[in-house]
Amino acid sequence: MSYRLPAPETQPPYDAPDYGSTHKRHPKQPLIRIAQTLSETSAPRMRPSLYETTHNLAKGPGWEAQGERITVAGRVLDEDGRPVPGAMVEVWQANAAGRYNHERDQHDAPLDPNFKGEGRIFTDAEGWYRYTTIRPGAYPWRNHHNAWRPVHIHYSLFGAGFAQRLITQMYFPGDPLLPLDPIFNCVPDPAARQRLVAAFDLEVTEPEYALGYRFDIVLRGRDATPMENPA
Amino acid sequence: MSLASDDRSAEGRGGLNRPPLQATASQTAGPYWHLIDFPEWADLLRSNGPNAAIAGERITLLGTVTDGDGAPCPDAMVEIWQADPEGRYDGDFHGFGRCATDQAGRFRFLTLKPGAVRAEGNAFQAPHVVVSLFARGLLKQLVTRLYFAGEPLNEQDPVLSAVPPDRRGTLIARPEGDGAWRLDMRLQGEGEMVFLEI
Repeated sequence: MSYRLPAPETQPPYDAPDYGSTHKRHPKQPLIRIAQTLSETSAPRMRPSLYETTHNLAKGPGWEAQGERITVAGRVLDEDGRPVPGAMVEVWQANAAGRYNHERDQHDAPLDPNFKGEGRIFTDAEGWYRYTTIRPGAYPWRNHHNAWRPVHIHYSLFGAGFAQRLITQMYFPGDPLLPLDPIFNCVPDPAARQRLVAAFDLEVTEPEYALGYRFDIVLRGRDATPMENPA
Repeated sequence: MSLASDDRSAEGRGGLNRPPLQATASQTAGPYWHLIDFPEWADLLRSNGPNAAIAGERITLLGTVTDGDGAPCPDAMVEIWQADPEGRYDGDFHGFGRCATDQAGRFRFLTLKPGAVRAEGNAFQAPHVVVSLFARGLLKQLVTRLYFAGEPLNEQDPVLSAVPPDRRGTLIARPEGDGAWRLDMRLQGEGEMVFLEI
């Protein structure tokens, strides 16, 4: 068993001229293709007993974050549509004012002492995950003049094989900053970009409590045929 | 995004070799990923952790991550995944670690030395650690491996053999005494590390 390579146009390149931080950090030598071994097809068994879960980033005992409360739910599947159960999903984000609870974030926007901006959930047997947070704010960055990141939540996922490891970002529908963002637009295929945008979902929305968004994530699928020229 | 179930039909595949769904695009971890940094994860042998009772050769894996100018990358996430001292992934050993590089671009893991891992047929891979790098400026992770200098199996390891001999050294950690092994990782330029497409 091995994991199929994603279609190239669905993934960003290492060298992306419009995203300044890639200039000195992308390898100039081509990657060396290897045949996957147990080291790539196995993965750490992440489980709640080892990694504590946080389903609500917006509220805890005696505190509640400022901002528009939202619930995000979705499924983690592989490319063949099979649910990925027990996948560890880490999320992190800026606060409602567009500032991270991080010492290196010097954006002049208020910090919220009640918002850490980090959570961890596991998918259930059908691949579903769900958490509640506040809608993050947009924030400026110094990539180019008047550069602003669209509203987003960072995601980190562990699947059943280390080759499925994924870090990505979830964006919000209708954000006017999306067409201007070099990071979002580094993904060549427009349809693949659009799949990074969550959908407003009335079924996820909790009455009198939180607006709901749906965001499904697809991890690499299994390849039925062995590689032609394995290393 | 919500994936409509009809997208999974054969017609939605856009060709016979296309899977029904497409893997989600990767995006950079950015400079603020430390919100999910738990420094104790770099110590796989932590007393309250899953490996506290597992025996083996205790080692330190350390090095730096530097960019095309040779300047330190002070905001990289280094993740490791490795087999247990018997070379197995299905035992009790939890071979996962994460470490944030410091201002000098340094990372440091405490772990047990992995054993040789089974390869195709009756062959074995040399002891190694899978390494993933995430960072601002990396739109997707860079994947590589750390091998140990002096291992006889290095000579016939299938992955090392796929690397041109003059670049193999970028994957081989050197002993520094007291169980420490150093592997410096240059992302670009002179001595650029070999990265793998897996």
